[in-house]
Amino acid sequence: MIHGHRTHTLWIAFLLHRISGVALALFLPAHFWVLSYALNAPQKLDGFLHWAETPIVKFAEFGLVFLLSVHMLGGLRLMALEFLPWTSGQKTAAASAVAASTFLAGIFLLRAI
Amino acid sequence: MPKEQQMSVSVWRGGAAGAYQPFDVKMEDNQTVLDVVAWIQQYADPTLSYRYACRVGMCGSCAMMVNGVPRWTCRTHVKKVLKDGHMEIGPLRNLPVIKDLATDMDPFFDKWVAAEGLHHPTQTRHDPIEAIDPDSAGRVEANAGIECINCSVCYAACDTVAGNPDYLGPAALQRAWSVYNDSKDANKQTILDAVSGVGGCHNCHSQGSCAVHCPNELNPMNAIAGLKRGTARNFFKRRK
Repeated sequence: MIHGHRTHTLWIAFLLHRISGVALALFLPAHFWVLSYALNAPQKLDGFLHWAETPIVKFAEFGLVFLLSVHMLGGLRLMALEFLPWTSGQKTAAASAVAASTFLAGIFLLRAI
Repeated sequence: MPKEQQMSVSVWRGGAAGAYQPFDVKMEDNQTVLDVVAWIQQYADPTLSYRYACRVGMCGSCAMMVNGVPRWTCRTHVKKVLKDGHMEIGPLRNLPVIKDLATDMDPFFDKWVAAEGLHHPTQTRHDPIEAIDPDSAGRVEANAGIECINCSVCYAACDTVAGNPDYLGPAALQRAWSVYNDSKDANKQTILDAVSGVGGCHNCHSQGSCAVHCPNELNPMNAIAGLKRGTARNFFKRRK
């Protein structure tokens, strides 16, 4: 899929924004479903939270924090691109969004383990 | 004497339905992709159709897909694109293929007109010539896009065009942005209306392939972002 005319930074930034958006959209209903346990079935929520302490879930949360952060920073970049005066260095901005998100998710993981 | 070096070149044959045909072409020290196409047409198969005119990167008629990337073939050195002695040459993407490497450019140029990328005069030929400050903000912005040679490389590189045939595309929108910033243009509202419709500037996903592949290193994505700002400002101004 990424070949020929697509092999450049901003196209990959576009793809990452789409993938993170779809992944978050799939995550959110599950997130609210679990939150509803707090009202309807507190013992089920406790069970879930206990399971959420396992390393595999912590690692998945690292991915989740990364997706959230990269989607937010990428979105801010696009809004700046469309509403503020043009700045060169869009590639740098997109790469910085990935770097900052990796850093944030890494901090989250280190605090979790 | 060193052995004559050959490269294998796959060239698109046929219209929308067709196939790549392999050719063996002699390697030269200095050879552009257009030279290779011309060699095939002159020495291997005279029925090969392609389009070119100036051979020096001014006319914008020789653009083709080379290994899946749109390029001006007259200014692309073979050594830059050859992979393991092979390259693939096809007609420009996102345009109807007439035959072999020649595409129908009509949709591309029709969209220049649809985007109002034309001059709307403020004066007549009887008025004195208006002095324009070359350093004024509008003129600097307009200048950024005027080196466009209409080669359609950006149009072929754009995935938004591929997904939405109504989308005006990077070149037409960049032209509209240049005209919009021209202080000698009388009809800026017409331009904003033309570029904010169904196929207008708001379709752009800022993938930036237009700016990456433009052979003259122009930045249509920058121009489209300017049109987005202009149309947004216009929208809120009108609501007051």
